[in-house]
Amino acid sequence: MSSAVIDPGQNWSNDVARLAGPFVRRLLHNRSFVAGAVLVLFVVLVSVLAPVLAPYDPMRSNFRARMLPPGAEHLFGTDHFGRDLLSRVIYGGRASLQIGFFVVVVTGIAGTMIGALAGYFRRLDNPLMRVMDALMAFPAILLAIVISAVLGASITNVVIALSIATGPHTARIVRGSVLVVREMEYVEAGRALGASDLRLLFGHVLINAMAPLIVRLTYVFAIAILAEAVLSYIGVGPPPPTPTFGNIIAGERDFMETAPWAMIFPGLAIVVSVLGLNLLGDGLRDVLDPRMKL
Amino acid sequence: MLRFIARRLLISLPVLGLVSLMSFAVIWLVPGDPAAMFLDPGATPQQLAQVRHRLGLDEPFYLQVIAWYERILHGDLGQSILLNRSVTAAIVERLPVTLSLTALALVFATLLGIAAGLLAAMRHRSWADQSTMVLALLGLSVPEFWLGLMLIFGFAVDLRWFPAGGYVPLAESFSGWWHSMAMPAFTLAAVQVGFIARMTRSAMLEVLHQDFIRTADSKGLPWSIVVTRHGLPNALVPILTVLGIVTGSLLGGAVVIEQVFSLPGVGRLVIGAVLSRDFPVIQGTLLFVAAIYLLVNLVVDILYAVADPRVRLE
Repeated sequence: MSSAVIDPGQNWSNDVARLAGPFVRRLLHNRSFVAGAVLVLFVVLVSVLAPVLAPYDPMRSNFRARMLPPGAEHLFGTDHFGRDLLSRVIYGGRASLQIGFFVVVVTGIAGTMIGALAGYFRRLDNPLMRVMDALMAFPAILLAIVISAVLGASITNVVIALSIATGPHTARIVRGSVLVVREMEYVEAGRALGASDLRLLFGHVLINAMAPLIVRLTYVFAIAILAEAVLSYIGVGPPPPTPTFGNIIAGERDFMETAPWAMIFPGLAIVVSVLGLNLLGDGLRDVLDPRMKL
Repeated sequence: MLRFIARRLLISLPVLGLVSLMSFAVIWLVPGDPAAMFLDPGATPQQLAQVRHRLGLDEPFYLQVIAWYERILHGDLGQSILLNRSVTAAIVERLPVTLSLTALALVFATLLGIAAGLLAAMRHRSWADQSTMVLALLGLSVPEFWLGLMLIFGFAVDLRWFPAGGYVPLAESFSGWWHSMAMPAFTLAAVQVGFIARMTRSAMLEVLHQDFIRTADSKGLPWSIVVTRHGLPNALVPILTVLGIVTGSLLGGAVVIEQVFSLPGVGRLVIGAVLSRDFPVIQGTLLFVAAIYLLVNLVVDILYAVADPRVRLE
């Protein structure tokens, strides 16, 4: 591009500078966003600081302290191996959050690529979206269970399974957004200046079509944490002994009647994390994309 | 209208074709030999070859696919390796459990969800609105299976109001069926109640700001009539469109909830097959569930076109 003044990309970064201030202010005035951010920040901090915060080694069993109820020694009690539940929940959050994060990355990249190509290039639209429709015809959780089981239970395969289960919907959202932005005047201006399709798509269209994607990925994070727990419960989740929110619950369900706390606390930890992410998503949606409903 | 239905059918056929291909292709995802995954490590080469032959794995890919399409077009989903019966028979036997669970959950979810959403919209920004929305969001944030386990702990183990699991067919006794189904269906509905309540609230708020509502109000109609006669029917259209998605999520959720409450439905069938690598059952059930989902969405789209004639013209 010869002149910066009529480069639509330049225009965009000016807009960012102009809009970022009010945008952050609007976010901070949004109660959902603030409440969600506080919860998510809390969960993330606890996970990052796990080695400092956990009072015990999460893997060390102590057979003289089996199934102790919550008390001063063990705030969340102990499980049937005598392992400290508070430490396990803290480390479990670390693993569950990592899984959620990688699902967001993989789904984000794959969903964006597929959605962007389908939305921008008309010829690719039909074939790509029919494949996505077909994937979405399977209940997402069933698809994740089957893929994770068939590939063999491991953290990597759980991430793959959850990405396949959440990716198609993400692609559909990106496509819808790209379809709108593609028709904008600044894209036409860029084309008139001779910018190539790929440059227009990745330099200008995609960046302006991001808002619904960001909102969706926040929900994907929440869905991934919930789904990891379900996969663990079914027995096709990340294998023990590494604790995750889900496999702590799965490992203790046979002792529900004698040691209910071993299931209650990790479950509550899931609720807090997912609630935080959902609130964050709601807040982002209100501010980024007021037209989008739910 | 007929043209709309025909076109809509024509769109779903390629998707159905892809869905059946994907259901079949699950077996190709297995790292290594699927037959070895199914047998114990001490199996002889003959046994392996036999299982491979039963699964059709000794044929080239394209022949496997052709054979699969040929079979499903005849309504034959194959033979289970472990259950000693055809996959179709196994699904049909267990279908009433899953269908009655899903249907009851759908009733719970729609009634509770619409009621909660209406309440929130009519008392917009009041404490009733806020607490309903907090509850709805909590419903969306709770893992279903964990909620089910907590309910079992509270109402079956502790209070003994409901059995912890097991199934009584509707034909046998209504109260027995209700007792065995109420808790699982409520658990299954919880997430969707949150979803529908939020949907109803925003649809209703949008409608209540329209001119015709103001007209109805200013010509002196009682507010309850304005809301129920003029507001609600217009808000129902967007709610109708999400019912297809809701049914899909309920079917997926039923797989897990049947496991929690030990209900002998299609969900338990597929989980059992997943854990024991009974591939014909996995493939058949995947196809079956996805086909139901496509069918439900077809019906929803047609209902949508009936409710909103503009849709037909698109």
